[in-house]
Amino acid sequence: MTGRPSLATRPAGRYALLVELPDAEGAAAFHAEVLRRRAAGTLPPVREIVPGARTVLLDGVPDPQALARTLTGWDVPPGAADDGDVVEIAVRYDGPDLADVAALWGVAPEEVAARHSSPTYRVAFCGFAPGFGYLTGLPPRLHVPRRSTPRTRVPAGAVALAGPYSAVYPRSTPGGWQLIGTMPDPRPLWDPTRERAALLAPGTRVRFVTADGIPAEAEA
Amino acid sequence: MTAKLTTVRCGALTTVQDSGRPGHAHLGVPLSGALDAPAMRLANRLLGNDPGAAVLETTLTGCVLRPDRDITAVVGGAPCPVTVDGRPAAWGAPVRVPAGAVLEVGAVTAGVRSYVAVAGGIAAEPVLGSRATDLLSGLGPEPLRDGDVVEVGTPALPVALPVAAPWPAPPAELVLPVCPGPRADWFSPAALRTLTSAAYRVSPHSNRIGLRTEGPSLERARTDGLPDGLPDELPSEGMVLGAVQVPPDGRPVIFLHDHPTTGGYPVIAVVAGPALAAVAQAAAGTPVRFTLG
Repeated sequence: MTGRPSLATRPAGRYALLVELPDAEGAAAFHAEVLRRRAAGTLPPVREIVPGARTVLLDGVPDPQALARTLTGWDVPPGAADDGDVVEIAVRYDGPDLADVAALWGVAPEEVAARHSSPTYRVAFCGFAPGFGYLTGLPPRLHVPRRSTPRTRVPAGAVALAGPYSAVYPRSTPGGWQLIGTMPDPRPLWDPTRERAALLAPGTRVRFVTADGIPAEAEA
Repeated sequence: MTAKLTTVRCGALTTVQDSGRPGHAHLGVPLSGALDAPAMRLANRLLGNDPGAAVLETTLTGCVLRPDRDITAVVGGAPCPVTVDGRPAAWGAPVRVPAGAVLEVGAVTAGVRSYVAVAGGIAAEPVLGSRATDLLSGLGPEPLRDGDVVEVGTPALPVALPVAAPWPAPPAELVLPVCPGPRADWFSPAALRTLTSAAYRVSPHSNRIGLRTEGPSLERARTDGLPDGLPDELPSEGMVLGAVQVPPDGRPVIFLHDHPTTGGYPVIAVVAGPALAAVAQAAAGTPVRFTLG
């Protein structure tokens, strides 16, 4: 089933257009459609396609107004494309904020691994650092606030939560997210010598598994 | 054999820059590249280089380089004294630097960023197709330190000397044409009037990520109605080069080449691309006016 997207276009300078969708799901569906059209060669030249939480920025567009007029006539299938591979990330659930997150979730600390590794996530967008993906898919009741005091150093490979997002730090940076675990070898997250520099590029589906290779028990 | 340049003095901040890394913003990779791109291109053209060949971008205090072979270089962008082994040499035109001689790029007499182009270009290792140093995300070569050695590529053409070129003067006042930004509606009509009528100045806290301004605070029209009195939070969205972002302190920041690719503060306006070369050369204290155009 397809439908005309409910979208608003906002100006972003002479050669860019910010397309705003009603919610994250709408943005994912619209982003997938933009990529389909680019692959099919039916998209006008666009230098950058940058998804956000509920927007898609089209930058380096020769005539943004003309593109804005055509967008409203697109048929956009609902939901993101979900036919691609799923990236599996092995996690040791040993983060310093594990107990705090367990308390916020109202579960025992041993339960955090099962809950966090239950959903299939999707990379909604990147930012903050190269290869830092904002993963959606955590049920709303498991959303947690950022730490009130950010850390000056979060190690590479830290598996973290903030708001609706989960993420894995591709390298050591300051950070304010709640740290629940560790990806033992974070090097695959970002490798600019590889064809796909970012493991967690927008649109990628992700599953977390416990680091011993056995998927954590699914949440009942 | 190609030349190597030894950094005798690196100055306040000297980086390798080229045309940057377009096409990777969705992975969180800033554009990066020379802030005064027309100056980089002109310096390269004077040497027969590709206009986007890698150059050195200095900041306020210049740098000192010693080649191990004869090279031809152009120092342009922000005006500054240039000497070779202590003798005055041309600024803004090709200069021959013999093997072992010292090329001194002096402190700027106006502007902020001088560019040192060398026939053959700077031959640092490319990352995602670019040799640019990205100070936000740490891609590309590290900023130069005293004693660092940089390699020069193979010159394409013999260079004719001397060549005169039209270099624009650094701005005494920045007059920046802006279009309304994607979140102009987050601000009151009074804030939009303030942006386009008030006198701002370039803040000394500016860098390759953004040009910060000092001046009247721009107030948001929208709040989320929570009793905390804090402004509504904008979900992260893609940011363009030249975006005029308004952080909670209300002072507009113009996003330059190393800006984050997504951000959560509303963009009230966008500076037209051709004006950004002057932004790159606006020293702290320079008056800034935004004009709708």
